Amino acid sequence: MESETAFFWTTRWPRSYVSFVGHRIVRFLGALHALGAFALISFGVLISKFGVARAVIYPVALAQIARSGLRLLPMILFLAIALGLVIIGQTVSLLSRVGATEFLGTVMATVVVRELGPLLTALIVLSWAGTANVVELGTARALGEIEALEVMGIDPIHYLVVPRMIGMGLAVFALTIYLILGALVSGYVWAFLQDVPLTPGEYVRQLATSVRWIDFVVLGLKTFLFGMSIAVVTCYHGLARMLRLEEVSNATVRAVAQTVVVCMLIDALFILIYLVA
Amino acid sequence: MSERGEVTTATPMIEMVDATLTSLVDPRRVIAEDVNWTVMPGDYWVVGGLHGVGKSDFIAAAGGILLPARGKYRLFGKEIEYGFERELVETRLRTGVVFDGGRLLNHLTLAENVALPMQYHLALSHDELLARVSELLEAVDLLSVANDFPSNISRNRQQRVGLARAMALRPEVILLDAPLTGLDPADANSWMEILDRLAAGHPAMGGKPATLVATADDFRPWRGHARQFAALRQKHLRLLRHVSTDTEEHLMREMVGKDLD
Repeated sequence: MESETAFFWTTRWPRSYVSFVGHRIVRFLGALHALGAFALISFGVLISKFGVARAVIYPVALAQIARSGLRLLPMILFLAIALGLVIIGQTVSLLSRVGATEFLGTVMATVVVRELGPLLTALIVLSWAGTANVVELGTARALGEIEALEVMGIDPIHYLVVPRMIGMGLAVFALTIYLILGALVSGYVWAFLQDVPLTPGEYVRQLATSVRWIDFVVLGLKTFLFGMSIAVVTCYHGLARMLRLEEVSNATVRAVAQTVVVCMLIDALFILIYLVA
Repeated sequence: MSERGEVTTATPMIEMVDATLTSLVDPRRVIAEDVNWTVMPGDYWVVGGLHGVGKSDFIAAAGGILLPARGKYRLFGKEIEYGFERELVETRLRTGVVFDGGRLLNHLTLAENVALPMQYHLALSHDELLARVSELLEAVDLLSVANDFPSNISRNRQQRVGLARAMALRPEVILLDAPLTGLDPADANSWMEILDRLAAGHPAMGGKPATLVATADDFRPWRGHARQFAALRQKHLRLLRHVSTDTEEHLMREMVGKDLD
């Protein structure tokens, strides 16, 4: 029995821990390098071909906005309510128990507006629409549709990647705002149901004083970058090399893992901005 | 070509000089070496070869999607490179490529597939676009299924829609990959009729005669239609000079490499 399975599953086990880790790091850097190149090319096309062939690109971009934004809205609102219940409701009641409700706004601003909102939205968009990207583009590549676009004089990056960058950038941006607003409202409702002595006016005042102008700027930039990176990384894994049909599923798994890493790196960069500002 | 016995001074449409062609899927695999091949305006080429000799890669190389590993390749007298700069695209679009099986975009309907190159490159009004798409689908006899998706029709019909799509921008050369493979006689006949009309000047192409290059795994249906023949065998492109006088056996021997019984 074992020899049969060994025939099908030839997993190579690392010979030494150090070489395993080293190998992984080198491969990770190589992947990052290729991704960076693809991202630069895609941004280049996005800018240089802006407004070119609107008749084709606009409808495709709209479809992408609908798919990764509009269609995920119910899911995001559901999550907003759940988030309000789980995190905010509990935080509010905890803070009021120790008599520290004056910190509520600060906690909200840090947790929901700066970190949890954008990150959670990015993960949702990645798992719903990002995975679909890899499968669609990987299949299209495997079936030779990319060459078909090339002979029609259509840049595959312009037709396939640019609309997804626009659609996902806007989708993550808009959905994050809905998620944050929904979570803040539902959080107050949960706190109210637990008889926390906090008026709505006081709650809003605290939030308003702890959210600074830089939060809005960073929120906009960060969510847009999250969306774009989801689009770029998932498209890269679908398009970068000729996949056989059976490789599409593995490419999807790789794409999800790398997108999460990239989003975390971007997030870390923005924390640096906060430290400086 | 000199076969027609006339001296032409026109620029060749496609030219390969000492070219080494590789496979699109595996760039290390050589499919043909020392290819010297010229397509002149008005030519009607059929390149024969058995399965697996790299006919599809040959079409890709002829269309300039796959540049030769060594040697020269010129499209309308210009050396081509990869990319989508405007001048490059303009040169490329003077050729139309019809892939084996059409390679339509699966998420678009047949009509949308045919419309795509015109939407992208030309600024046509909605009515003009509709009229052009109907005209092109009519030309390949598939107007009745215009709103179906590619997966709803057979592979070879998809390739016919691929021809309509390739005709959309009125190219001067049309390259077809194995249009007659695995067809019943009726479908094969309708392909030959369409191609003959293209070679003579199709109304949907503005009446201008098109230069054609097709690959095939059998020369017989093409006799009396195509004007130039070549065989791809043992990594070499052999130009067949005396097709009109050659026997069918001789033609097949050129392609297969041995006598057929």
